[in-house]
Amino acid sequence: MTRTPQTGGGPPNPGESIDPDGSVDPETTESLSARLEAAAQTRLGRSLAIRHVNTGSCNGCELELRALSNVLYDLERFGLRFVESPRHADVLLVTGPLTRNLRTALEQAWDATPDPKWVVAVGDCAVDGGVFKGSYAVLGGTGLSIPVDLTISGCPPPPARILAGLRSLLEANART
Amino acid sequence: MTTASDIVSTAEAEICRPWLRHILPHAGWTALAYASVAEQWILLAHWADTAQAHALFLDPAALTVVPVSTPIENGCYPALSPFLPGAAWYERMIHDLWGHAAEGGTDARPWLDHGTWPHARPMATRPEARSAGEPPLLAGAGQDGAMILPHGPIWGRLDEAAHLRLTLDGPTIQRAEALLGFTHKGTLTLMRGKSPRAAARFAARLSADATVAHSVAFAQATESAMDIGAPPRAAALRIVMMEVERIAAHLDNLAEVGRLADAQTVRTRCGLLRETLLQASETAFGHRLMMDCVVPGGVATDIAEGGPEVILRALGAIASQLESVRRLHDGAVLSSRLSGLGRTGAQLAASLGVGGVVGRASGRAFDVRSLLSLGYGTLTPRLAVRTNGDAAARQHLRIFEIEESLRLVSLALDALPDGPVTVALPHVSGEGIACAESVRGDVWHWLRLDHGQIAAAFPRDPGWALWPLAERVLENAAADDADIIRASFALPASGMDL
Repeated sequence: MTRTPQTGGGPPNPGESIDPDGSVDPETTESLSARLEAAAQTRLGRSLAIRHVNTGSCNGCELELRALSNVLYDLERFGLRFVESPRHADVLLVTGPLTRNLRTALEQAWDATPDPKWVVAVGDCAVDGGVFKGSYAVLGGTGLSIPVDLTISGCPPPPARILAGLRSLLEANART
Repeated sequence: MTTASDIVSTAEAEICRPWLRHILPHAGWTALAYASVAEQWILLAHWADTAQAHALFLDPAALTVVPVSTPIENGCYPALSPFLPGAAWYERMIHDLWGHAAEGGTDARPWLDHGTWPHARPMATRPEARSAGEPPLLAGAGQDGAMILPHGPIWGRLDEAAHLRLTLDGPTIQRAEALLGFTHKGTLTLMRGKSPRAAARFAARLSADATVAHSVAFAQATESAMDIGAPPRAAALRIVMMEVERIAAHLDNLAEVGRLADAQTVRTRCGLLRETLLQASETAFGHRLMMDCVVPGGVATDIAEGGPEVILRALGAIASQLESVRRLHDGAVLSSRLSGLGRTGAQLAASLGVGGVVGRASGRAFDVRSLLSLGYGTLTPRLAVRTNGDAAARQHLRIFEIEESLRLVSLALDALPDGPVTVALPHVSGEGIACAESVRGDVWHWLRLDHGQIAAAFPRDPGWALWPLAERVLENAAADDADIIRASFALPASGMDL
């Protein structure tokens, strides 16, 4: 590195002489790069691709999941992103009570997701069937069909709570 | 020639509030279906119970709602679908849930029953143990060598579960066929035998972005059946909630269509405005989507102290940016992408009874707020109609309706009456019908009470009219446009999957 990057917005102080080609302090450079590496390991080295699977939701959980992408929550700044195919996913995020009509679709999505994978059940319905428990058309929670790693309750859970759950998954994933 | 009104008026009737339900013999039922086409009556809903098949018509000339029924004889009733194509999906649903066959119907394939339930016809007096075998669900490609593009039931984006099969001819869609029923949760059996307050939780979970509208229609149907009314303060708060819901859902749709049309400014701006409004709803009503906030007999809780100010502040933020959102829709990116896209025919939209933004964008001036639903009275919502029928017209109407709802919420909050927000529900028997204008169009709820408990109920979601129209509109569209057309229709699944 021969130049010091200028990140400040203001003009240089006219009282100080700036030598653009002057030597830099090797010790500072060393310590900065060590810190950058450590931060990159914890911040940038982890990201999760999420595939959403609706197993019979009323669309409430989807509305709140959509809100995660707005500029206020901005899920992507945490390295979390939604992907279109289960083959690209690390996480299956399941919403809705597991209806009998969607059981095969959920199991196919799970089979198509490469290992290692996480399953997150979002919303009271996905946790245990919610208000639809006991219906002839509903099996119950996601866990009756595929193993669930994390549940986020609420009807629907607010975006902040979903985000907190996904971030804890991110932390756990970084440690493995 | 006998007119439809003659057929109905000479029939005997059962008490159903506010509109009498007429019982027609099979011949009269078929004659009414035939006459309804000539007189442009609109089939609003079609359902059944264990003994009768019911249909709800709208007479647009007299602006009255006409519920009619016909008895089930030997497990059959005469089909409406030969005259009213929109009835076919209802007939398939009635067969799957109750086992009644529509004699002479145009389509006898299953609809909700995908062969996975433990019993066939679960709503019948005696459900039948399932016999083996997968039912044939889709009509199939029809010709060899055609390219099939299946979408769903699990979509790549955050959406409802439905299956859309596109048969392609090169890049053009030749045929679009929808298959729903994946999110069928057995809502009608869950509502049966419960008190209206308990059953309201299911009405609120038919379709989340219309949760207030469905809750209001369900609550008003209950109140009609009991012949009571919600207190004035509750009626005003219901209007506030319905209009806030409308603004939030329209903003969500503008953001979603904006995202698909690569108009990122629209997406971020509308997304943020919607979030501001949802946070205000949470402060004012205790729930971001206002789910379970409307109950039969009134509203669950009064608006929070300071709630009106929080709502008005959020509405102010929306009002200040609405003009720029409109300008963005007139700008190069959106207007060139959306003009002419997903064009609906006025005649088809009218004959299917498509309401909401999609109906009004294709020239059908129908909004139950100004015509039939309770409580709006002096607020007189203004109605805008376009005739282009394309996605651009729909998005412009959504912006207009946001503006109008902003006005209605301010008016309703300014004149909020004092008093209680709920009344006690009597344990009586009766039948009632009510409607509400949801973000996608008119929702209708019918129910029958037996000593204060739900004996039978049916909610009609706007999806029943929207999907058949969307199938036709997708034909001859480019396959790449399917997503954005679908989004601009805001096609629902859960509400009609029951």
